[in-house]
Amino acid sequence: MADTAKPADTNRPALALHVPEPTYRPGDPVDFAHIDVGTAGGQPRPDEAAHPSEMGELAYSLVRVLGDDNQAHGPWNPRLDPEMLRTMLGHMAMVRAFDERMFRGQRQGKTSFYMKCTGEEATSVSSSMALASDDMIFPSYRQQGILIARGYPLLEMINQIYSNRADKLKGRQLPIMYSSREHSFFSISGNLATQCPQAVGWAMASAIKGDSRIAATWVGEGSTAEGDFHAACTFAAVYNAPVILNVVNNQWAISSFSGFAGGERTTFAARGLGYGIAALRVDGNDALACYAAAEWAANRARGNHGPTLIEYFTYRAEGHSTSDDPSGYRSAQEREEWPLGDPVTRLKKHLITIGEWDEDRHAAMDLACAEQVKAVTKEAEKNGILGHGLHHPFHTMFEDVYEELPWHLEEQAEQAIRERITKFGSERPFG
Amino acid sequence: MSEKTANIGDAIAADAPADAPERRINMIEAINEALDIMLTRDPDVIIMGEDVGYFGGVFRATAGLQAKHGKNRVFDTPISECGIIGAAVGMGAYGLRPVPEIQFADYIYPGLDQLISEAARLRYRSAGDYIAPMTVRSPFGGGIFGGQTHSQSPEALFTHVSGLKTVIPATPYDAKGLLIAAIEDNDPVIFFEPKRIYNGPFTGFYDKPVEPWKKHPDSVVPEGYYRIPLGKARHLREGEALTVLAYGTMVHVAQAVCEAKGVDADILDLRTLVPLDIKAIEASVEKTGRCMIVHEATRTSGFGAELSALVTERCFYHLEAPVERVTGFDTPYPHSLEWAYFPGPVRIGEAIDKLLKD
Repeated sequence: MADTAKPADTNRPALALHVPEPTYRPGDPVDFAHIDVGTAGGQPRPDEAAHPSEMGELAYSLVRVLGDDNQAHGPWNPRLDPEMLRTMLGHMAMVRAFDERMFRGQRQGKTSFYMKCTGEEATSVSSSMALASDDMIFPSYRQQGILIARGYPLLEMINQIYSNRADKLKGRQLPIMYSSREHSFFSISGNLATQCPQAVGWAMASAIKGDSRIAATWVGEGSTAEGDFHAACTFAAVYNAPVILNVVNNQWAISSFSGFAGGERTTFAARGLGYGIAALRVDGNDALACYAAAEWAANRARGNHGPTLIEYFTYRAEGHSTSDDPSGYRSAQEREEWPLGDPVTRLKKHLITIGEWDEDRHAAMDLACAEQVKAVTKEAEKNGILGHGLHHPFHTMFEDVYEELPWHLEEQAEQAIRERITKFGSERPFG
Repeated sequence: MSEKTANIGDAIAADAPADAPERRINMIEAINEALDIMLTRDPDVIIMGEDVGYFGGVFRATAGLQAKHGKNRVFDTPISECGIIGAAVGMGAYGLRPVPEIQFADYIYPGLDQLISEAARLRYRSAGDYIAPMTVRSPFGGGIFGGQTHSQSPEALFTHVSGLKTVIPATPYDAKGLLIAAIEDNDPVIFFEPKRIYNGPFTGFYDKPVEPWKKHPDSVVPEGYYRIPLGKARHLREGEALTVLAYGTMVHVAQAVCEAKGVDADILDLRTLVPLDIKAIEASVEKTGRCMIVHEATRTSGFGAELSALVTERCFYHLEAPVERVTGFDTPYPHSLEWAYFPGPVRIGEAIDKLLKD
């Protein structure tokens, strides 16, 4: 068809395709004045049994607790005791220290891949702390904060990242795709949003059995475009499933801004309303608001009042992963100008303001986190780093495809070991 | 004991009394019975799918099960195959043993990511932390004037996926025993039911009256629990002239053509495509030296290609003629020309003639 195709013989106007374009590209000065962040404490907190239609406004505003004065405000203040707040801050600081070291480890060639969650720590740490430890988590790939908050050993995380001989996943998964049944943390998939209907199915099972545990899943705003997310919303609504659907809106899906998931038209929380699901839009950099929203949704689910969709409005301060350079597609100023600040800094300032923390203790904590991660990293390296021979035996490659090894895999396993011996003269040349 | 059960050496632990009266039932009834038994035996078994609840399924496979076992165990779902399979993965992670129904195999594609990337890989990627012990039942195959969206045979899409098992029964007896084994299996199983033979063993002679199952010896099905192990073929006819490898509807078609032509065929009903009973295949081809593979699915990259390759790789020096594949054509399943697509007696007869030529 010709480029100049125009409707002939008609007065109808020519149609135009809208291809979304982010406001700022590399080098652009950034002004986020158009983002309405509302005021801390300004949002009503409905009853946990409220009908979604009675609370529609909460899908468009932002639930906020921590104000510019670093105090907690309004009905969403979860009123946590200082010890709990310090624990929360400690987990967030540990996540940040861990991310720093693992990112560097990838750059040093110790592994193939890593993903930071810088700026989004509260959306995992704080919200998961509002759940019971045996509530089931169906994470995406950026919820390392949940594992750390649940006490999963850092050593196991690093063994997995290095795919070494102590890796509990036997070197089969891309780094950071953790799994821990013991910590009610589902195996992470690289295929996006698949965890959403799975979480709903788990929650349905819990309800079928008359259990008291609920499920919660995390997904990025970009992945809400997947059919799985919508299947999950439909199933959650249809069966009134005891599940929390967390959408981490960090504005960017690799290089695609939230507009490519529909973010120019409405909020991600508003997706819930169309399904008749209670929806909350939350300041994702406000640890107290994250906790409060998750607590509300958990109580709602536990009371058989149904699912909740929570949009955490936040900002991905670093690249998507070690594989992309964000300076190639967005303005570096965005991070500095983000109107909702940094979640660790905000919680720290709150604790200092209420007289429960100080800069010295914070600096000491940061140092202790860095030291601990460093020590555990050294420990993990004794088990090997990626590609340096200290991996699981070849035969394990063929195990767990099925519960029992079928003949064709047994034949292929024999071949793999034969190839190994041909190349190195022994199956395990590195011991 | 009936003639049928007496012949089944590999069925495990039938708990029906040996002197139970002989019953003849069709494949739908056999499937319904297997589901009923498993719902009764195992409180973790649940059934879900489009129209499977109150209504009992568009093919009646789940009739009466909701009334008997309750809405918590047998229930309808939204029209979302992705959601059905995705939810089944989560239920499996919880500890349930879901048996989702996909109304037609042609509808399974929206659930493929959940099957291929999730259910099939879960045990592997979590190193056994989580499993997906689901059995996905789905009617497949043509011959019912279903047009291109109610006739397909997509088994090769699933046999290609490591981590999935693919099971296809050809008789009421097998349907019950294999379905029970599939539900008890801890790996995800695709259980394709040849809907053309739900009510009778179709022989491919579509212009002749269809016989009901009641006249077929394989419709004798014991009451109660029994299982047929996955991965074991059924050696349904001993012969010397050639080996027939088939499954589902095509077992009956191939058998009828061999009988009509008076060919002394050695016929294997594969029953399970993955894991495949390679020993039975090797033994048969080594004996006959000639091999015909029959499936209804399209030809290119069909499961017949895998069978042909295996036979050639493993039995080459026993072969006296090239392996013959008899399949559907590489077109969508045409509505009005369904019998022109179907690998019926003429196409099978031609292949037999070629194989036996010299």
